[in-house]
Amino acid sequence: MAIARFWRENESRYNMQGKKCGVCQKVYFPARDMCPKCRRDSMGMMKKIQLTGKGEVISYSIIHDGLPEFHMQIPYTIAIIELEEGVRITGQIVDCKPDCVDIGSKVESVFRKLGEEGKSGVIHYGYKFKLI
Amino acid sequence: MSVGIVSYGGYVPYYRIEAGSIGAVWGVDGTARGKGLGIIRKSVPSPDEDVITISVEAARKAMKCCKVDPEKIGAMYVGSESHPYAVKPTGTIVAEAIRAAPNLTVADMEFACKAGTAGIQACMGLVSSGMIEYGMAIGADTSQGAPGDALEYSASAGGAAFLIGKKDLVAEINHTLSFTTDTPDFWRREGQMYPRHGGRFTGTPAYFKHINSCAKMLFDKMGTKSEDYDHAIFHQPNGKFPLRVGGAMGFSKEQLEHGLLTPIIGNTYSGAVPLALTNVLDHAKPGDKIFVVSYGSGAGADGFDITVTDNIKKHRKKKWQPLSELMDNFELLDYATYAKFRGKINMGGVT
Amino acid sequence: MRDVAIIGIGETKFGELWEKSLRDLGIEAGFKAMEDAGLSGKELDAMFVGNMSAGQLIDQEHIAPLIADYSGMAEKNLPAIRVEAASASGGLALSQGYMAVASGVHDIVVVGGAEKMTDVGDETAGEILAKTADQEWEAVFGATLGSLYAMMARRHMKDYGTTKEQLAAVAVKNHLNGSMNPNAQFRRAIKPEMAINSAMVADPLGTFDCAPLSDGAAAVILAPLDKAKKYTDTPIKILSCGQAGDYMALHDRESLTRMDATIVAAKKAFKYAGLKPKDIQLAEVHDNFTITEIMAIEDLGFFKKGQGGKATEDGLTALNSKISVNTSGGLKAKGNPVGAVGVGQAVEAVIQLRGEAGERQVDKAENALLHNIGGTGSTAIVHILGRVR
Repeated sequence: MAIARFWRENESRYNMQGKKCGVCQKVYFPARDMCPKCRRDSMGMMKKIQLTGKGEVISYSIIHDGLPEFHMQIPYTIAIIELEEGVRITGQIVDCKPDCVDIGSKVESVFRKLGEEGKSGVIHYGYKFKLI
Repeated sequence: MSVGIVSYGGYVPYYRIEAGSIGAVWGVDGTARGKGLGIIRKSVPSPDEDVITISVEAARKAMKCCKVDPEKIGAMYVGSESHPYAVKPTGTIVAEAIRAAPNLTVADMEFACKAGTAGIQACMGLVSSGMIEYGMAIGADTSQGAPGDALEYSASAGGAAFLIGKKDLVAEINHTLSFTTDTPDFWRREGQMYPRHGGRFTGTPAYFKHINSCAKMLFDKMGTKSEDYDHAIFHQPNGKFPLRVGGAMGFSKEQLEHGLLTPIIGNTYSGAVPLALTNVLDHAKPGDKIFVVSYGSGAGADGFDITVTDNIKKHRKKKWQPLSELMDNFELLDYATYAKFRGKINMGGVT
Repeated sequence: MRDVAIIGIGETKFGELWEKSLRDLGIEAGFKAMEDAGLSGKELDAMFVGNMSAGQLIDQEHIAPLIADYSGMAEKNLPAIRVEAASASGGLALSQGYMAVASGVHDIVVVGGAEKMTDVGDETAGEILAKTADQEWEAVFGATLGSLYAMMARRHMKDYGTTKEQLAAVAVKNHLNGSMNPNAQFRRAIKPEMAINSAMVADPLGTFDCAPLSDGAAAVILAPLDKAKKYTDTPIKILSCGQAGDYMALHDRESLTRMDATIVAAKKAFKYAGLKPKDIQLAEVHDNFTITEIMAIEDLGFFKKGQGGKATEDGLTALNSKISVNTSGGLKAKGNPVGAVGVGQAVEAVIQLRGEAGERQVDKAENALLHNIGGTGSTAIVHILGRVR
């Protein structure tokens, strides 16, 4: 049962809320309570920041041999995306033919099912991306 | 005291299947059958989409186009006959995903294809009474048609969200009323994957009787005739019924045009009239009058008399994305992929 | 700190070993190593076992005492320590054993690495491997381990012009080397077209860009150098060990085309050993994917950044070329029993430095480098071994 493990991340997975270091202004997602660059100086200085969900593809892969949760979508595209706020994030790109994605492609977040704990279990939701 | 639509948003999935591709599998001329039903193609949800994701997309679109603080939303009703959970609300997830939680009331609704409009009525009541400032009503479905059944040509996916309030209305809802009886024309039993229906019984005693009765009540109440409206929207289980029912009331093809989406996206069930209303609002001018009657099997019809306000122009200026963009951007699937996406293939032990 | 030597080595065949359980594998490798060192068993002071995921792969936690027990060490009440750093578990076991002996805490230590992967289906194994990346922020979103390395490959191709042919050259070389290694899982040389045209796994990586799932175990016996001669005429000295870490998730790192953990670990290892990359004749580097080897030979300082693909294609990493890379066949051909990999690398280096590698022998092998990666590079461990002169 991974219910609580998923539930406690809902704010991040549903709404992409990160943290910004009050010292160096670097943005982190998922939220961190300490900036890896400023370390102790950043304690108590990390502020919540709402990410826009818009960004561009830094790299991507089209997965043909995928995780069971994603079987129905094979081949599916996974990408590392740099958001407008400068932070990078890994996510699936949906609603396009795989060959439409390229490094530099502009994307925005969408709300999708990430998986489920079997047919009778809890369903997990969160962000994915689509091309703009 | 006016109540109405503060903002709205519609969502249609990206994938489509054509009637011809469905018919080919079952040995019939699908294109001809589609023509008979007035359906060219229908939307298909991706395997990672369901009523919750569709509702969130629609709700977010509505919130993007207005300046309302989501925490001021006091009620959230999601109407659907394909809620992903039989027990556990769709609305809680939608409320969290638009940051409306936790100070609001949430409930899921079900009344076949009219659960979305029932939600609008509930929100109107709460707003009018002063119990809440804003309410959000969503109608969405990922409806299922059994393989080979006539419904397979029409049952599709989509949804729309309406933010109901009193201030800065893009459209005022002048009146709403309903006509309801116990008429078992279409149903799905608990635990069953596909719905069943009464065949031709779904027509005259069900769809037509309820819509006609509701429409007559609304005309009588408002003292209006069909020519007083710029747009008319009727529930659309196929592309033919709304033209027939509206035509008999004196509505022209032009009046029905923007409110008829089934031919190109299929019947989105609880999403059908709500989505049609968003498309009409996308095309409407300030002052336009809209006549709406939804229908839900079982059976009932909800009527609405709506007037578009000047604010509709402002709505289009912000982050507005017309529904047509989603309707025109699609990828066609073959039947095999459609069957896979819709979980119609027995996956053995894998899933 | 005392000098430490490897006085015995042993390993099982790597591959799909249906008849063997994890305990069978661990014991076989350990016995071979003890036999090689001429030990009876009573000399041992401690056991370190590298293992990634027995809990998920064979439903057994607490495997260090299990292997120690079945190795006959229960009566001796031998301390047994399991270490885990994903696919760097073996390298980490070696470094922990090395430090235990170097510090003087223990004298004779057996370091093992073992993984039994074929008791679960390929799909489950893939899921488990994906968890060595950031489960919550990568794998949950659909990223497989292969796809994360594929994103490194895509970026390496974009930034440095690395080609599919160059990736394939890694597989071709390692399969050729593996064909000469009796313990290798794949003992068949392949043609470049076979690798280039293989089915896509995670575009741009195909089947032949990926190491297999394997069962296997490896073990080495460590002793203080000054006592090593008692057991063997050819002790191999551990010259240095460097370990470094990095962000858990690939997307959090500054660059997708280098592994800072490798760069830092290698710097430390070279510094402690007082050597430079040119002093190394052979390197066993982590090649769970072909791109990993290309990035590794750059990050370790053997080739300039961006030149790893071309160097491989030009044959500069082939047996007895500029530097002999993965003479064992690497993870690609020798096999990839995850927790055993790092120890298996040490076994190959010792065979080479002793001059016992037969047809795959590296000429004048004096110093060997071992490079072991965990996850997508959040752990890197580099060891340098040398002949005792």
